[in-house]
Formats: sequence, structure tokens, C-alpha cells
Amino acid sequence: MALRQISSPLSPETARSLKTGDRVLVSGRIVTARDQVHKYLASGGKSPIDLSGTILYHCGPVVIREDSSWRVIAAGPTTSMREEPYEAGLIRTYHPGAIMGKGGMGQNTLKALKEEGCVYLHLTGGAASYIARSIESVEEVHLLEFGQPEAMWVLKVSNLPALVTMDSFGNSLHADVESNSLQILKELLKTPFHRKSHS
Amino acid sequence: MEKSVLLSSLQNIIEKASTVLPEDIRRALEKSFTEEREASVAKDTLGMIIESAVCSKESTRPICQDTGSILAIIKSRPDESIILIEEAIHEAVKILTRNGILRQNCVDPVTGQNTGDNTGKHVPQIHFVPIDGPTTVSVMLKGGGSENVSTQYSLPDSSLEAGRDLDGVRKCILDAVFKAQGKGCSPGILGVCVGGDRASGYLLAKEMLFRRLDDENPCKILGKLEETVMEQANSLGIGPMGLGGRTTLLGVKIGNAGRHPASFFVTVSYSCWAVRRISAELDSEGRISEWL
Ligand code: SF4
Repeated sequence: MALRQISSPLSPETARSLKTGDRVLVSGRIVTARDQVHKYLASGGKSPIDLSGTILYHCGPVVIREDSSWRVIAAGPTTSMREEPYEAGLIRTYHPGAIMGKGGMGQNTLKALKEEGCVYLHLTGGAASYIARSIESVEEVHLLEFGQPEAMWVLKVSNLPALVTMDSFGNSLHADVESNSLQILKELLKTPFHRKSHS
Repeated sequence: MEKSVLLSSLQNIIEKASTVLPEDIRRALEKSFTEEREASVAKDTLGMIIESAVCSKESTRPICQDTGSILAIIKSRPDESIILIEEAIHEAVKILTRNGILRQNCVDPVTGQNTGDNTGKHVPQIHFVPIDGPTTVSVMLKGGGSENVSTQYSLPDSSLEAGRDLDGVRKCILDAVFKAQGKGCSPGILGVCVGGDRASGYLLAKEMLFRRLDDENPCKILGKLEETVMEQANSLGIGPMGLGGRTTLLGVKIGNAGRHPASFFVTVSYSCWAVRRISAELDSEGRISEWL
């Protein structure tokens, strides 16, 4: 499968050219935003930084203070679905190039991805050390008053491996897996469990 | 028991829990890796997980940045050492949070403030079980993403056509796996409690996650149910991280508790692959005498 290098911020053309199933290596500036930041931005708060084209990363990292700088210890993705109520609005207002997280998102986000030319990038949940290796430095931190995991961390990354699982053409790998598994589940529910073994 | 000795033991136990993936889980992941199709997303994902766990262990970093909610179970004779152990857990948690081994995971729901040190009202959660034997401490760090997809059913459940029997239990568990999709960071491990009440069900289901993947259920019928559910769940095609594949679960552990005649709860505690559990025995000084 194709492995593409992309850099954040993404150009609108790049974002529109990515398709579900594409494997990418991300470099550049990415910005973390999880529950508190989403709620804040959705309720009229101003983003302290320009988000256009950037990758918005659903992540609550472990960061420690070392002398005058910050060091990222672990920074894997958090479940994106919790941001479903806010994400579409955020995409329309701030025009990020990609949303990155784990587990995928729902129909509202998918629609906004299509309208605005944005994609969803999936990272492996829990592979925190693996992901941390691609994080070069902390460039800035904003909204630290939300607590360390919930702040907006601007991170410089290089060659971070991700998978496109939702694209601007209306495709969602998550929706596909879910509908296939639903068919199988329906069959399984029909075959009863017998408490006696064959002996 | 000696205060300073206990503190270093507890620090050791919790640090190891956060940074070293249990052997049985690692082996199960490796086995699944060989079973996934070549060049598939599932195989790639499992490869990444395994590599990440190795890297965490070597560099003493958390396996996952979500170092979870902390549950500790102390089993000991009911004497004053329990209080000392409890204090040592709190102290160890604060130190490890400062060192980046635990993330700041305790938020006051009323003020919205993060307490910053992983301690707070009922946090960490500590349970005491009086026994007449050597003192053991078991610690589990369970991720929020997987806790969020844990769930409880009350049988009968008409939407699943699940009755008050083990087949009904099976249907509930499969439904929970389906609903979780990849959101609990599959491949998952399920702790299940059949029976109990709403409160004990959740605790007992979570405690099932302390069982090793390769153990045998002392109850034959539940053992068979574990096997059946495991096989059926892995045929759903949800796969690692819900991106498709054969490995949806690494294990299913089912326990039971007596139920009220009017109630029949099935509680599913879903754990991500990064189940962080550890148990150790302490000697009379508070030193770790054995990893269990
Ligand atoms: S569910 Fe588990 S692996 Fe996934 S982010 Fe949470 S703690 Fe990490």
C-alpha cells in the first residue's frame, strides 16, 4: 500500500487527495485538542492559535517540565467519538487540514470533512511510546488552565505513521467495519449456546 | 511495617504496572500477530502495539499515555499495616505522577479542576480484603477509553432477545463487543460478572481482569462460555482498533455472584489490550517478597 509523506499544515489540495486506506507519515506542527478545548471552542471561545490546515490531534499527553522546556513522555490518541458533538462546527469555523485520533467519528463529522475538504487520521491507541518517538519537541502550550492533559500543545513531529480512515469523499472505514460486524452479530445471536459439551 | 520500605515497594509496584505489559498479554498479542493476514492493517497495528510495549519497558515509560484510573486491592490481616499501605499508595502515586510515570488523571467533577497529583475524593480507589495470610497488594491501571465502553445489562433484554440464562449472557457480551467497536482500543480483554447487584457487578467484573489469560475457569460451564464468546467475538471482524481483522479480543474471563430473584445483571468490564495489572506479596517489613 502507498506510503505518503504529508506535512502539517496541509494544503487544501493535499487534504482532498487523501483516501481511506492511505498510509501516511506526518511531519510538521500539530496541535492537541481534547474534551475541554472542544467544549471551549464550541461555546464561543477563541482559539489562541491559527488552526487552518493544521492537524488537530485528540490527545492528552504526559508531559514533564525539564528546566525551562517541556518533554513529552507519552502522547497516544484518545477516543475521538467524544468530540463528535463539537467537531463538525469546529471544522467549519477553523478549517483544520485533518483531525487525528483513534476509533473514528460519526456522520456529522464525515459530512463536515466532505464539505470542508478535511480528513480523519487514525493512530494506534495505546502505542504511546511508539508515537512519542516521532515527537521532536513542544513548540508552545496554550490553555494550560484546563490541566496538563487537556491543554493545547503545539507539537513538532516527524514521520509519524497514521492511517486515513475517513476522507473527504464520504468514505469511512469505521462505518464499513461496523456495518459488516452488525450482519455477523445478527447471525451469532441466532445460534444458541449449549451448556453441555459433546461428551 | 516500615514506612519508607513500604513507600519504595509501592512505588516499584505501581511503576512496573504502568510501564511493563504483563507477559501473558504480550504473548497473546504476538500469537495474534502471526494469525493476521500479511500486509493487513490489523497486522500492522498489532506490530506497532508490540513494538511500543517493548519500547516502554526498555525506557521505563508508560505503556499508554492514559495511565488510567488506579484500583488497588490490599489483602492482609486486619492490623495497623493496612493504614500504612494505604498512605504509601497515596504517596507513591503522587511521586510517580511528578515523574511522568502516571498522568494527572483526577478531575474534581464539581469544580472541573484537575487535582494535579492523581489523588482526590475516593481516588485512588483502594479496597481492603481481610484474610488470614501474607499481605498482598494488587494494582490495576485501567484506561478511560475502555472504561467508557464497559457496560451493564439487565436480563431479560428484549432488544437482544436475551433471556435469563447463559445464552442470554452470551448475547449481552457479544453486543457489548459490537458496541465497543474499536473505541476501547481493541483487541480487548473482557471481565464479566454474571449476577450480583449493580454495584458489585462492576467491581467483580473488573476484578476478573486480574486473571491471567491462560488460566482455567474453576466453573466448567463458565469456562465453556468463555471459549464460545471468545470465538464468536473474534468472528465479528472488528479487529485491532476496530479497523477490521481477526483479533477483536485477547481473552474473556467470566465470574459469577449470587443475584436477587428479581435481578439478573450481566456486567462487562472492557479492558483495552493495555491491561496493566500486577500483584505482589509483601513481607513483615513491607518489602516485596514475591511478584505474583
Ligand atoms: S483504552 Fe487503553 S490503550 Fe486505549 S488510550 Fe485508553 S488506556 Fe490507552
